[in-house]
Amino acid sequence: MDQVALLIAATLNSGTVLAFAALGLLINERAGIVNLGAEGMMLVAAVAGFAIAVHTGNEWLAFGAGAIAGAVLAAAFGVLVIWLNTNQYATGLALSLFGTGFSAFAGIRYTQEKLGERTDFQIPVLADLPFVGPALFRQHPMVYIAIALTIAIAWFLYRSRAGLVLRAVGESPESAHALGYPVRRIRLLAVIFGGALCGVAGAYISVVYTHLWVEGMIAGKGWIALALTTFATWRPARVLLGAYLFGGVTMLQFQLQGEGVQISSQFLTMLPYLATILVLVLISRNASFIRVNMPASIGKPFFPG
Amino acid sequence: MLRLEARPEPSRAMSIASPLIALAITVVIGTLLFILLGKDPLRGLAVFFVEPVKSVYALTELAMKATPLTLIALGLAVCFRSNVWNIGAEGQFIVGAIAASGVAMMATPSSGAWFFVPVLAAGVLGGMLWAAIVAFLRDRFNANEILVSLMLVYVAVQLLNYFVYGPWKDPAGYNFPQTITFLKSTQVPRLFAGSRVNVGSIVALVAVAAFWVLLFRTYAGFQLQVGGLAPAAARYAGFSSRSALWTALLLSGGMAGLAGGLEVAGPLGQLTPHVPAGYGFAAIIVAFVGRLHPLGIVFSAVLMSMFYIGGELAQSRLGLPKSLTGVFQGLLLFTLLACDTLIAYRIRWKSARGGAPAAPAAMARLDDAPLNPVVATSTLPAREGA
Repeated sequence: MDQVALLIAATLNSGTVLAFAALGLLINERAGIVNLGAEGMMLVAAVAGFAIAVHTGNEWLAFGAGAIAGAVLAAAFGVLVIWLNTNQYATGLALSLFGTGFSAFAGIRYTQEKLGERTDFQIPVLADLPFVGPALFRQHPMVYIAIALTIAIAWFLYRSRAGLVLRAVGESPESAHALGYPVRRIRLLAVIFGGALCGVAGAYISVVYTHLWVEGMIAGKGWIALALTTFATWRPARVLLGAYLFGGVTMLQFQLQGEGVQISSQFLTMLPYLATILVLVLISRNASFIRVNMPASIGKPFFPG
Repeated sequence: MLRLEARPEPSRAMSIASPLIALAITVVIGTLLFILLGKDPLRGLAVFFVEPVKSVYALTELAMKATPLTLIALGLAVCFRSNVWNIGAEGQFIVGAIAASGVAMMATPSSGAWFFVPVLAAGVLGGMLWAAIVAFLRDRFNANEILVSLMLVYVAVQLLNYFVYGPWKDPAGYNFPQTITFLKSTQVPRLFAGSRVNVGSIVALVAVAAFWVLLFRTYAGFQLQVGGLAPAAARYAGFSSRSALWTALLLSGGMAGLAGGLEVAGPLGQLTPHVPAGYGFAAIIVAFVGRLHPLGIVFSAVLMSMFYIGGELAQSRLGLPKSLTGVFQGLLLFTLLACDTLIAYRIRWKSARGGAPAAPAAMARLDDAPLNPVVATSTLPAREGA
């Protein structure tokens, strides 16, 4: 029983990383921009956050630093893609390659550093409940913030005027432009927001999740987050569920290893990546289903001249 | 204020000048970075741009690194020109190396000197197999090739680890995760005594010619490129987007696999966890900087291997981390993409009011293929008719 509770807790924790990144990417894809630079932004943010955590010892400043790092990189990507009309895929790829190199370069002096012991969080009273206490109520505050953020983003997209404009920009930038909305500025803001959330996710990994910095430590989570938005057909609630699902698959690998299952650890490590491929296959199988749900102008440049 | 104005026609001069401008900007940023790090910028630049071409030995080392980059980038150029986004060449490279090693370990002391041929063939097949998974899932299930090919890189790394930590571990290797050192007969013949450069570099040059012919002198190459530049026109002409997808992926997978085979049957001589050196990702940059043109790729592969060797020298001589290579590679691609804007647009000073309305060419660019060599965007998850 305790075992199960711990597994649930670990799943929520690891799903939170993906949730932050994928929610950010969801917003910029809803505005019509695909940013393949997620992995690079998360890596740089992981270093930035870790460095701040080492020097100040404050987690929240570290998340802030991660968000700023992600936002700055995303802004560079956004200017290139939105104002210089560069190819979105190639530019995102460039950002990922740059981020991989830059984070390794900047992080080299932090590879030996360790963070102090993490304070335990628990919600009073609820945390003492049997089973549900350890499973749900002893998490890092960011886990709950991710849930709140999902609700906030869902409300923003479907209930607010600004969200409607954002969706319009992603569906038909020409119409939004004709109505007088500053399409390019809105897209840039969406891209920066996406970068900031990817940054928070990256900082969460190094500061809370692993407590250390290792070169390339994001290990494809940025790409998995990109796959998640497709998997979730661009809906916030489904993004959160998908993130927990993938968090669960990641945790399953450790669980199986712990139980001494006779499979080489390498095959267990493959699981999240294979699961991503499987999920992509299942969801993309029906092309028209995807097309109905997909922001219509996603990946297409808008250049009013 | 500065404005971008569409050129009536894409500038050919700019498409050649753009990589040079990008390189210049990267060098300027690099110089600033050296100053910021408290290093002599002249020495820093010399390590990257002079040392790698200083002696005959240095040149052969340069050729050795440029070989896999050229091979992989040639395949990727075909992919990107056909609008197939294979970014998992690193994985295809790794599986090629694994397959080649599997055959190399079958050699016996009596095997002839020709044994490297089946070793390389296995490398090609391994890479093709890995890319075929991407093609199959895209073709049959419409799964996005960017994400699938990238996920398969991580799977390939684990597969490599499985073999070198498991069944293929050298029993006499002090428990190091590596295979036996392959027999001499499996090794690709070297070109000169005293240097590590081998027949692989010749193969790469032959491949450059072959890809030039394929892209610019054959009907198949024409079909591939039409599919990339104007999918609607290709459909109307009856060119199959499915066969373009398979051709591009199998070709690029095979080339990456060949590069992987050449690494284990050449400079490495065994399979180790250090086989993935990032060539598969660097080759993406090589392909774009080389304008997706076989000849351009040769130059950009040499440039990129200067970055590699420069990074290693920067570590040993200046005490800077080797990852500086990655920073410069990423910067180069970033600035290149920005500079490529100048192929289709020119920068004009304009007063805030009274500017001429956008030229029709700019509107046309929205629907037609972009004029820069980085081919048209398609919608992310779905491609019609796939």
